[in-house]
Amino acid sequence: MKKDIILCGVGGQGILSIATIIGEAATRAGLYLKQAEVHGMSQRGGDVQSNLRLSTDPIWSDLIAEAGADLIISMEPMEAMRYLPYLSKEGRIVTSSKPFVNIPNYPDEEALQKELDTLPSIKLDIETVAKDCGNPRGANMVLLGMAAPYIGILSVENLREAIATVFSRKGEQVVEANLKAFDAGVKAS
Amino acid sequence: MKKLLLGDEAIALGAINAGLSGVYAYPGTPSTEITEYIQSHPLAKERGVHSRWCTNEKTAMEAALGMSYAGKRALVCMKHVGMNVCADAFVNSAITGVKGGLIVLAADDPSMHSSQNEQDSRFYAKFALVPCLEPSNQQEAYDMMAYGFDLSERLGEPIVLRVVTRLAHSRAAVEVTEPMAEKLLSPSTDQWVLLPGIARKKYVKLLEKQDAMKQASEESIYNKVEKAAAKTGILACGIAYNYVKEAIGNEANLVKISQYPLPEEKIKALAAECDELLVIEDGQPVVEELVKGLLGAGYPVKGRLTGDLPRTGELTPDCVAKALGKETGAVFAPAKNMAARPPQLCQGCGHRDVYAALNQVLADYPEHRVFGDIGCYTLGALPPFQSLSSCVDMGASITMAKGAADAGLFPAVAIIGDSTFTHSGMTGLLDAVNDKSNITVIISDNLTTGMTGGQDSAGTNKFEAICLGLGVEPEHVRVVVPLPKNMPEITRILKEEIEYNGVSVIIPRRECIQTFARHARAKKQ
Repeated sequence: MKKDIILCGVGGQGILSIATIIGEAATRAGLYLKQAEVHGMSQRGGDVQSNLRLSTDPIWSDLIAEAGADLIISMEPMEAMRYLPYLSKEGRIVTSSKPFVNIPNYPDEEALQKELDTLPSIKLDIETVAKDCGNPRGANMVLLGMAAPYIGILSVENLREAIATVFSRKGEQVVEANLKAFDAGVKAS
Repeated sequence: MKKLLLGDEAIALGAINAGLSGVYAYPGTPSTEITEYIQSHPLAKERGVHSRWCTNEKTAMEAALGMSYAGKRALVCMKHVGMNVCADAFVNSAITGVKGGLIVLAADDPSMHSSQNEQDSRFYAKFALVPCLEPSNQQEAYDMMAYGFDLSERLGEPIVLRVVTRLAHSRAAVEVTEPMAEKLLSPSTDQWVLLPGIARKKYVKLLEKQDAMKQASEESIYNKVEKAAAKTGILACGIAYNYVKEAIGNEANLVKISQYPLPEEKIKALAAECDELLVIEDGQPVVEELVKGLLGAGYPVKGRLTGDLPRTGELTPDCVAKALGKETGAVFAPAKNMAARPPQLCQGCGHRDVYAALNQVLADYPEHRVFGDIGCYTLGALPPFQSLSSCVDMGASITMAKGAADAGLFPAVAIIGDSTFTHSGMTGLLDAVNDKSNITVIISDNLTTGMTGGQDSAGTNKFEAICLGLGVEPEHVRVVVPLPKNMPEITRILKEEIEYNGVSVIIPRRECIQTFARHARAKKQ
């Protein structure tokens, strides 16, 4: 079994934290994993993505091929669609519904949402959900929660444990706040 | 024990566990995380492994060569273009030879994710006549550090270790070994004085070592042969091997190449069994050209030069699969509602205020040109500022402004960051002072090396003293704080200094907002 995931968003939205948690969960579950990240210049408010490959068998390529991604997890709706050529026939998009507009030529939002609705996608205003559960900085955990049921190769419980481990050095309160945001995402999915 | 590591981290840990005594580096994507990992590693700290950032790649290379001279294991890390900066020291280190193991790590960036070109560091290894290692995965990157130090000490030559972005910045589990002891101090007793008479002898010695280097490649565990019935033989270099395996698994008749000089016998044997060879390599067609020479004009060799693979850009699973005759392609067409989202200067960044002021003042000088440099502030070339006419290499802003001013261009303005200025800007400023060139230099000082993530900057707190020491007149070294509220003062000073016929330096100084936020968080905790 394998699961190829593209994580994407805008630099600074916290996609690497999601990648770290999935990576931790995969390692604990004894899965093979490869995770290609983008560092450097592209982090400054530009588009960022990470290719995350999980498998029960050894993995060769660090990159996902076109039509190879089982899942696109995105912090931003237009960014979710940037990687459409990589989405597999049975693939799915899990994305934040709220545009992050930091460019003058951002597409018409209504047309963008319409196009997104024609695709195999689920979307949610993750920032509002995060605020509602008292963790405004936890939107990425809400998104991870939404995606959790689709990751498949890892259970929701695997991911909860990984969140607890990754945030443990920041204290019990931070762990709880992030688990709460994650659970809200799972519920909304 | 298995550890989940970035390629860069695997290199760092591999080096520490191979008894490293010092890493010497200047930050540069995608190599930065190697030195950062060593800086924060408990064993490296306990042992006092040198890991402080260097001023540039040349000082790094020379210091590492000095450590090797003293008998200890040293690592130099840089992005590919850093090889240009340290080339003098690097090429000559092959002539002097080494004592303690010396690995020169070059992180290439095909596709230019964060670079100005996609030069291939394997050319440098060949140019200097030294071996090159090119790992195909994180485990090999780790293992090749101990292997590379041994090889370096055995041959008495530096070893180039070449990685590409997709390995440097990709994570995988790595089996980690027990740490070895550091080498003891045992300085070389050989003369490393490259006077012509000595250098000629040493060059002959280097040439005599070439057979041993070739032999090491033929026998290398990293250059392995895989047999299948196919009539197209494949040479899969570095991470290209993974894309081949991903596409056709065990159906490939191949030689995996991860150690240079080329294992010529293995390649000839493969060519004899096949009708043609396909060379798959990330970066430039280094091996393709060499193999064409090796096999002669009659033997078909395919690759980037023949168009079977793209001539530019990094390899992808898709382009490799296509070259191997596999059907690929997207199911979903690209989205219609889409726009490019280039990186941009952070909101609240001091460079923004500098460009706002500069654009306002220069609006009165239609003939002006602003020569840029390498750093976050290169983004001033993009909207909304669009201020820059050039960005070429580290330090070129000052010297290009000088050359243009020599030609009569006015106003000629240079903008350079604090770390780039100490890296390669100071010497150019001295040229300008000695020539009394009519240029205005802006050292946009954010107290850090910002673009690579906020590493220490070598000249912090020293810039006024450096400029005065180089001979800039005291009344033309001006310091401002780039904030919107100071705009009248900044624009007035800019105008005064542009009008001054000579070298003036303006230093807008305000901490990078990223490092500022990080420092604030650290204080709170």
